[in-house]
Amino acid sequence: MHIHFLDPYREGSSPLHRLDARVKFILTLAFILTVALLPVGVWPVYVLLFSLSLSVEILSELGLGYVYKRSALALPFVLAALPLIFTLPGRSLWTTSLFGWTLSISQAGVERFASIGLKSWLSVQMAIVMTASTPFPELLVAMRALRIPRLLVAIFGLMWRYLFVFADETLRLIRARAARSGRAEQADLKTGGSLAWRARVAGGMAGNLFLRAFDRSDRIYMAMLARGYDGEVRSMPMRPIQPVGWFVLGTGLLLLVSLLGLALLLTV
Amino acid sequence: MHHSIEIHNLSYTYPDGQRALQGVSLNIRPDEKVALVGPNGAGKSTLILHLNGILDGQGQVEVCGLDVVKENFARVRALVGLVFQSPEDQLFSPTVFDDVAYGPLYQGLPVEQVQARVQEALAAVHMQGYERRVSHHLSMGEKKRIAIATVLSMEPEVLVLDEPTAGLDPRSRRSLIELLRELPMTMLVSTHDMLMVQELFPRMVIMDEGRVIADGPTQQLMDDEELLWAHGLEKPR
Repeated sequence: MHIHFLDPYREGSSPLHRLDARVKFILTLAFILTVALLPVGVWPVYVLLFSLSLSVEILSELGLGYVYKRSALALPFVLAALPLIFTLPGRSLWTTSLFGWTLSISQAGVERFASIGLKSWLSVQMAIVMTASTPFPELLVAMRALRIPRLLVAIFGLMWRYLFVFADETLRLIRARAARSGRAEQADLKTGGSLAWRARVAGGMAGNLFLRAFDRSDRIYMAMLARGYDGEVRSMPMRPIQPVGWFVLGTGLLLLVSLLGLALLLTV
Repeated sequence: MHHSIEIHNLSYTYPDGQRALQGVSLNIRPDEKVALVGPNGAGKSTLILHLNGILDGQGQVEVCGLDVVKENFARVRALVGLVFQSPEDQLFSPTVFDDVAYGPLYQGLPVEQVQARVQEALAAVHMQGYERRVSHHLSMGEKKRIAIATVLSMEPEVLVLDEPTAGLDPRSRRSLIELLRELPMTMLVSTHDMLMVQELFPRMVIMDEGRVIADGPTQQLMDDEELLWAHGLEKPR
């Protein structure tokens, strides 16, 4: 009885799965950086980036449906940019008044909102493809190779390892609660208790999980000490990146830089 | 007269494709005390989780004359007291009182009745005076007793326990066995503790690979050492 759905990695043997994790990590970061640096409303470049992400997704053999379904996760965050539609000054497209306020939708606002939405959607897609085609331990190794502080990487690793333990524990707790949520023989009783009581029970469960996580971290630390942990995380030396990896990395970076240059040319 | 537990041809496959139960049938009469034994991964816990609809497989499960189907889950959960293997899972409230009172409060019983139920349940497991204690800080043996009290407070007809003696020191184990002996209801206990089985349960059911391998008088099955050995068990000496 374990929870598997948390792990975004999907088994596969596509070219993307076989690519060095370091190369994937750098390219994904570079892609997201490029997308973030793009000016507003350079639609031709957006389309090119979209076709790039589409090709990567097809190459990854993950299935477009899978990637798009997961990328819907980004939608709620895009809502944060919604007020821009009304607040940016510019040619007004449509005006309405609401409770004495005059709201007007400006063209500049719509362009900015659509750009932000599209850009975050593209970035999320790349991150999804990377995590789905790379086992997490390899990503950790890649992070270490890129000189991300070792302690931070170690924390990511431990978090990943025990997230599943934590999720399993939560599942068992919820199951135990369900097992005792019954109905008495008298028919006239209202089962379920009050909302406040149920909230208190849920709060108690959360507090319990916190205490246990705390205890567990103590035990884990002691187990680490017992095996000689001295505050320094060591790891095996890494294989050098293969020629194919270098080639993909170089081409990818070149492509992203040229797209960025193209965008600048279009806005001047 | 209905059986306490009637299982007919029950099968269950986990979402990852692992076939945990394959055509299990089992009847338990009222007031009978039955031990459920078998190696790890035999399907004992999976079977137990079907008795109050936490898991819902193919086949028929009836408890106290009620079909264990969605409409009856709430009623069945009050009738079957399920004690999980780890009291850490069972005890999810800040204090012992809150935990023991959870079932009655959920059922919507009046406050005085809840109080009375908690007192009775704690008395039954010999843990009076622990109401205000924090579950987190109790010893393993105490946690096990409180876990049992949390289902006794629902006044169930059937008590189902998953490995009640696992992880207990000899004294706590002994007092838990005495406690199980005192409790009058129908009992199905999944365990690896063969000494306890011999001592407490007249009837024994052996499970392996999701099937019931043998079902009969404990003494008779215990004498068949070949059978025990074949299914990861050992006769106590």
